[in-house]
Amino acid sequence: MIADKYSMPDSDGKFGIFGGKFVPETLIAALTELEKNYNEVKAEPGFLSELEELQTNYNGRPTPLTYANRLTEHFGKAEIFLKREDLNHTGAHKLNNALGQILLARKIGKKRIIAETGAGQHGVATATVCAKFGMECIVYMGSKDVERQSLNVFRMEMLGAKVIPVESGSKTLKDATNEAIRDWVTNVSDTHYIIGSVVGPHPYPMMVRDFQSIIGSETKQQLQRVRGKGPDHIIACVGGGSNAIGIFYPFINHNTKMYGIEAGGFGIDTDKHCATLTLGSPGVFQGMKTYLLQDESGQISEVHSISAGLDYPGVGPEHSYLKDTNRIIYDSITDAEALEGIKLLSEKEGIIPALETAHAVAYLNKLMPNTNEGEIVVVNISGRGDKDLNTIIANLKR
Amino acid sequence: MSKIHNYIDAINKENRKALNIFLTAGFPEKENFTELACSVLDAGADILEIGVPFSDPLADGPIIQKSSKAALDNHITLNDSLRYVSEIREQRDNPLILMGYANPIIKYGLSKFLADAESAGVNGLIIPDVPLEENDNFFNELNPEIDTILLTTPTSSDERIKTIDEKSSGFVYCVSVTGTTGTREVFDEEIKKNLIRTKSLVAKNKLLVGFGISKPQNVSDLYDTADGFIVGSAVIKYLLDNNKKSALDLVRSLRNVC
Repeated sequence: MIADKYSMPDSDGKFGIFGGKFVPETLIAALTELEKNYNEVKAEPGFLSELEELQTNYNGRPTPLTYANRLTEHFGKAEIFLKREDLNHTGAHKLNNALGQILLARKIGKKRIIAETGAGQHGVATATVCAKFGMECIVYMGSKDVERQSLNVFRMEMLGAKVIPVESGSKTLKDATNEAIRDWVTNVSDTHYIIGSVVGPHPYPMMVRDFQSIIGSETKQQLQRVRGKGPDHIIACVGGGSNAIGIFYPFINHNTKMYGIEAGGFGIDTDKHCATLTLGSPGVFQGMKTYLLQDESGQISEVHSISAGLDYPGVGPEHSYLKDTNRIIYDSITDAEALEGIKLLSEKEGIIPALETAHAVAYLNKLMPNTNEGEIVVVNISGRGDKDLNTIIANLKR
Repeated sequence: MSKIHNYIDAINKENRKALNIFLTAGFPEKENFTELACSVLDAGADILEIGVPFSDPLADGPIIQKSSKAALDNHITLNDSLRYVSEIREQRDNPLILMGYANPIIKYGLSKFLADAESAGVNGLIIPDVPLEENDNFFNELNPEIDTILLTTPTSSDERIKTIDEKSSGFVYCVSVTGTTGTREVFDEEIKKNLIRTKSLVAKNKLLVGFGISKPQNVSDLYDTADGFIVGSAVIKYLLDNNKKSALDLVRSLRNVC
């Protein structure tokens, strides 16, 4: 056990060589202000109790840790537990972060909120907190995602947000993020940008991680209560990587083996995937130095995943650091395997996971044969599948 | 001493302002770009800023995004951009600046890039996603022949502007507005006030103002606040319509007021 050794990022916002603040000069003042305010509130009892009250009575935390007895029997090896982030208000882990950031935005005095979204879960979470706190909300979403996640677009609009379809580039999460950053550069004086994952310039990767680490902290306590020990293995899906870092982070100084599962798309031997950590190389993109999928001249690749939330050519800089230091194992699951994962969890446990989450579930097929009786595996069920039913129906019929 | 600095200084001594025109490398055509660049210089540009296209240009508005996309569709790379510089350099003596985002340079390799840029005849670099915080780390080596031009914005504190001046060479690029590149109708008093503040803080370098400057009237309005002006989107806008003549006419009319 490497107790209390891990302390990242450093004061420059670096995780080893990764992270940093690779943004236009206009944003530096806003990032500095954000960092200063965040550092003040993160230990402030008033802020923390307000956040805790919202997490409990609005979001519905703590989320359950469900013993997956039929899934455990199915594999006949280690015991499997499911951390139920699908039961958060709005249906995914995204609200954990949106609640923290909206309180911060109010403290700084920003009136207008912008966000990017891929699958729409972060957009819905942001629209939700904006409705709750009476703030103006603009959500940028790739036009391809607007189409494949139309239900979430409707939800955001019902919540009073303005959804702006982004037509540039691959018309997905990466392009929505570019457009949100451009909006922020333009309207920085009255606008706070709620980034939805552990990506972007410092302090976002640190701040979003901290807000999401409630997932891992609860898991630790809950498992201690029912089994008197911690998990031996944790699996989570990785797009930008916020649900993964949220459950991993409180275990980082323990011996727990942790697996971050990326989207393998049509297969990592094709060019249609999002396996950034498996096949990418370090570069600078959207404010951070991190692993990227890019071509030989340094242009960012157009990537593919069946799941809009994982359809991203970058990854949070802390994951890049954890990969290079071999603390976390990163692997990938294809579109087809993820669809099998949805069926598996639905049929064995009565839980229909989101397509993103299905990548983590499907990894059980690879991991479980190598586990032992008496061990414990936790899968982070980052979101529920209601939003994906159209995509799932279309693909399962095929 | 910096070639760019001396060039601007000589222009200022003639009671003129330096005119820096931005073009996207390999746009609108891959084949005739060098000729286009030379005709822009002939029309009165003092300095050329050549944009290396990037897939995700964060600091750019819709017009330069479009030109960048068109250049990428023509498979323009950093190699091509350097080749254009060396072709222009064979024919003209004006300062030539490369504007590009960090990632293609990282992928190319910084030392190889600096060496190749020098031999191509590049005089300065502008990298909009490498601010002061990342500058020393990014440029872990420097080429004394190539200036590093940093940007100030209305949100930069006095202290930062002084440090940016200290770290820059060639000139300091003063971004007139908070926002991305692109044309704007008017420059209000707030903007002018900030330019005056910035000018008073920049001591070591010349100060060139860019972002939003699209017509001679803008230059006249802001004339005393800078040592020169940078125009990009307004020129690119004509080139998007393949209207080279209007683009060159705009350069001429800007030159008349500079």
